[in-house]
Amino acid sequence: MLKPLSLVLSTWVIAGSVLGPTTARAEQLEIVVEIPQLDVAEYHRPYVALWIEGADQKTATNLAVWYQMRSTAEGHGTKWLPDLRQWWRKSGRTLEVPIDGVTGATRPAGKHELKFDAQQPHLADLKPGQYTLVIEAAREVGGRELLKIPFTWPAKTPQSGKAQGKTELGTVTLSIKP
Amino acid sequence: MKRSLILAWALVAALPLTASAHKAWLLPSQTVLAGNDPWISVDAAVSNDLFYFNHVPLRLDNLVIIAPDGNQAEAQNGATGKYRSVFDLQLQQQGTYRLAIINSGLFANWQENGEPKRWRGTAANFASEVPANAEGLRVSESVGRIETFVTNGAPSDKALQPTGKGIELVPITHPNDLYAGETAQFRVLLDGKPAEGLEFEVVRGGTRYRDAQDELKVTSNAKGEISVTWPEPGMYWLETTSQDSQTSVPQAQQRRLSYVATLEVLPQ
Repeated sequence: MLKPLSLVLSTWVIAGSVLGPTTARAEQLEIVVEIPQLDVAEYHRPYVALWIEGADQKTATNLAVWYQMRSTAEGHGTKWLPDLRQWWRKSGRTLEVPIDGVTGATRPAGKHELKFDAQQPHLADLKPGQYTLVIEAAREVGGRELLKIPFTWPAKTPQSGKAQGKTELGTVTLSIKP
Repeated sequence: MKRSLILAWALVAALPLTASAHKAWLLPSQTVLAGNDPWISVDAAVSNDLFYFNHVPLRLDNLVIIAPDGNQAEAQNGATGKYRSVFDLQLQQQGTYRLAIINSGLFANWQENGEPKRWRGTAANFASEVPANAEGLRVSESVGRIETFVTNGAPSDKALQPTGKGIELVPITHPNDLYAGETAQFRVLLDGKPAEGLEFEVVRGGTRYRDAQDELKVTSNAKGEISVTWPEPGMYWLETTSQDSQTSVPQAQQRRLSYVATLEVLPQ
């Protein structure tokens, strides 16, 4: 437990001393998620979860969860959160929603950009290592799709990754700037 | 009415040992829930095909629901129709509920003045209700559990504590955390002790739409554990039967034991 932390600290100190404090831990993670336009009789915006998994396939951090937050008799759309099957299993079922800075309303078709910098709570505790960005989407009376993009954290050089959805997701891109 | 009740009970009690055994089951509308006010509806029936109610209903008299806090919860809107019983359950607590129909008791038949007599009851009223010198007295005992599990929010274990009676499954893998392609493990208990050598039959629902039962067979090992690798997602029926001589009255030579669980396996 202590060892990786001290490693992080020493890397941080070295980086800081060489590059100056302003550039320390200034990595930025940028994700663009495309929700496709679908020609269907009954369309509901998908529920979408984005999270980061470690090499152990456990959730390291949740980045975003979009669900129907409008009040209904059955709850604020939370009844359908288990339809995000993997997200529900890996972390959703143990969390209390809404979560500040993570949960939000469903989004329409189109490209949605998300930016996180290393200082933000989402990434602040991410230890150096191999990770996977996971994007899961589930739509009422529709389907479900899950995409993965592997990456290394922190990035020493700019990294980019891409995954192409077929049904519930369009193109998802990830870029990390050191 | 009473006679038909006894017959229905006898049918369920006799299930495990008949070659053409029908399958008894509980079928929850879903097993993984969330939201402000989650409910489930549960079918209870006995049939050959899984999970179709086309033979006789499974009666709800012996339904016991254990809530996540370990206390009993009450079913609502219970009804028994021609082919199935049905009830609702409001999941007021977070965690895992255990829903079981527990059929345990004694079954006796004898001759009285040339007439066949039948009786069912418990060890407590056996002596007062069955004549001590009954002619041709035959007594059997049966302990059966037909159960399923549902979880509101995160899975929990308190409701899954064994009762120590009959055959039970203790989760090593939580029964509401089952996924296709993965291997689940359970410990099999007989009267609270790990039981080796019990063979389980595992059949996925939807049998009407395929040519074979595609049943899996697994046997509990020396530690009483079974492992099941789920080939695909679906609602699975799992059963084992056994018999021994640990009867609660000396007049009964044999105790028949049975266990059924309905388990939902989700896709990855």
